[in-house]
Amino acid sequence: SPRLHVGSGAVEGAMQADAKIRTESATESGPRGPSCSLRHFACEQNLLSRPDGSASFLQGDTSVLAGVYGPAEVKVSKEIFNKATLEVILRPKIGLPGVAEKSRERLIRNTCEAVVLGTLHPRTSITVVLQVVSDAGSLLACCLNAACMALVDAGVPMRALFCGVTCALNADGTLVLDPTAKQEKEARAVLTLALDSVERKLLMSTTKGLYSDAELQQCLAAAQAASQHVFRFYRESLQRRYSKS
Amino acid sequence: GVYWVDSQQKRYVPVKGDHVIGIVTAKSGDIFKVDVGGSEPASLSYLAFEGATKRNRPNVQVGDLIYGQFVVANKDMEPEMVCIDSCGRASGMGVIGQDGLLFKVTLGLIRKLLAPDCEILQEVGKLYPLEIVFGMNGRIWVKAKTIQQTLILANILEACEHMTADQRKQIFSRLAES
Repeated sequence: SPRLHVGSGAVEGAMQADAKIRTESATESGPRGPSCSLRHFACEQNLLSRPDGSASFLQGDTSVLAGVYGPAEVKVSKEIFNKATLEVILRPKIGLPGVAEKSRERLIRNTCEAVVLGTLHPRTSITVVLQVVSDAGSLLACCLNAACMALVDAGVPMRALFCGVTCALNADGTLVLDPTAKQEKEARAVLTLALDSVERKLLMSTTKGLYSDAELQQCLAAAQAASQHVFRFYRESLQRRYSKS
Repeated sequence: GVYWVDSQQKRYVPVKGDHVIGIVTAKSGDIFKVDVGGSEPASLSYLAFEGATKRNRPNVQVGDLIYGQFVVANKDMEPEMVCIDSCGRASGMGVIGQDGLLFKVTLGLIRKLLAPDCEILQEVGKLYPLEIVFGMNGRIWVKAKTIQQTLILANILEACEHMTADQRKQIFSRLAES
């Protein structure tokens, strides 16, 4: 049943209430077998008051908070005459953002640019700010999911939704979806794939490690199957949010 | 069939014909720059007021609130607004008076409050005498007799977004008693 959390940082009586809509996935949350199953995930939308859209996405113990500002003013040096300028800022949990964050930002930005209809808002900027709350494996996929939900919450026009799925290949060839940090470390190869919701096409892939061509195809097929669950979860999440009136 | 889909958003995108509340941010030569909450400030000519001529300039300062409508609003051009209708009459538009409180709500709430069958406004009107202006850009200006009443009205309208009809009626009856 949908849980409506009414409460915010500074509540003054019953008059001012921020509605945070939280949905939990119905996928299995127990110990996972060697076959494909995703960790328990949950999503909360509209939880921050300042950004135009915000979302928090949890996958197992990995949690990312995303905020979207846009279409907003853009500096003349950064404006593009015929489409929106998309910026992604990723803040790690501790320390200053480094090179790893920069490269993840670029991957997320490329994925978002492929789906966001930037030509509807030329000479504006759409900024996605991501904050890592906890990292327990599959971080990039969780960031992509949080960014997508936040873009939807902000009402940014998109041609499709997108999701991130991480696959880890072990030394013996078994495939684990949505690996934990320990599984990622012990794996031979880790692949993060971003898929779109319309035709499950590949939007972005980033891989680390050694794998064969056949294994790549196998991972892609497994990711496409897993993305069904994620998109169904998105849909349920949004239905619950808008069905209360 | 062509569909117009409005979704719940906080950020406003200028649309031609929309009536909005803007804040004057700059006066440069013959035009005012007005912040309407979109991606760029709208321009408002000093002649776009009722009875304004080159000799008789309107009394508009930086920081004033303006209620006007868009005559040009598309993705490729800077939005332009005016404070007169097509016949040259003000019809409620222009500089919004002194005092009162301007606050921001979501676009969906504005559309809900302005819907013809919305009872919230009638209930609010029965509570205290008030002046209220709704901007389609998510801004509401409200003014009541005292500051306390104004703040109560602002809080009620902001909270209407998340309350059900029953909760709202409860709060109104509690306020009417006190």
